[in-house]
Amino acid sequence: MKKDYNIFIPCDEAQHVCDKSQYNEASLLEKIKLSLHLAFCKVCLQYNRNNTKLTAVIKKSNSQESLHLELSEKNSLQSMFEKELRK
Amino acid sequence: MAEHQLNPNTWIDKYSDYLFNYTIVRVDDREIAKDIVQETFFAGLRSMKNFKGEASERTWLISILKRKIIDHYRKINSNKGKAEVRMAYNSDSETEGDWLEERVADPYAENAENKIENNELGKAIQNCLSKLPEKQATIFRMKTIDGFDTETICNEFDITASNLWVIIHRARTAMAACMEKNWF
Repeated sequence: MKKDYNIFIPCDEAQHVCDKSQYNEASLLEKIKLSLHLAFCKVCLQYNRNNTKLTAVIKKSNSQESLHLELSEKNSLQSMFEKELRK
Repeated sequence: MAEHQLNPNTWIDKYSDYLFNYTIVRVDDREIAKDIVQETFFAGLRSMKNFKGEASERTWLISILKRKIIDHYRKINSNKGKAEVRMAYNSDSETEGDWLEERVADPYAENAENKIENNELGKAIQNCLSKLPEKQATIFRMKTIDGFDTETICNEFDITASNLWVIIHRARTAMAACMEKNWF
């Protein structure tokens, strides 16, 4: 496959790379192209900011939210599991 | 000798809260989360012979739990969603990850203030997610919150990587706009 060495990318590609980089799936070359694009495109710069903010809040919510089973729920789970364990 | 071993007698005590917390954030229904956790423990018992001892007990259980969560997503997604995506980007998927190699962050480090703020934040995220089309929300959740790799999601929904990125792009744009209004 022919590799794309064009350093200037259009907005749709820049936003695609921006999405990929939120999941650490963008290559170094793609990130360089994105940075260059962001230097002169305000629309994509704003998209990049919003995207990064969204990733940060989801990470925060995901890593800190803590919910637990009630004791009665845990006991009932325990007794069902023990039955299964004895089979 | 294997690095890790299984001891099912301690599973409920050691992992039920962790698995429950992991699940309820993703399915947003207490009863369903309890059922999924129970199914996970039962499935763990049935597949103990497959445990190679390379991953920790908790990681192994989480890998089973993730499968159960996918099954749940599959159940709630009707066939109508399959026709949703037609537009394509030019990108190929890269396979990565293995069920047993996946790790999740420990959620138990927090203070009370963070917890309150986080409940609100979680609600705001869930609220924005509920405004997305069902399939888009599920795929966004799997990719962003659950950390499933591209290939797994593509296989589950029978879509290409290009389609997946289009869905993610739309979902992220909508989510960012919604969170901008309600949270930022």
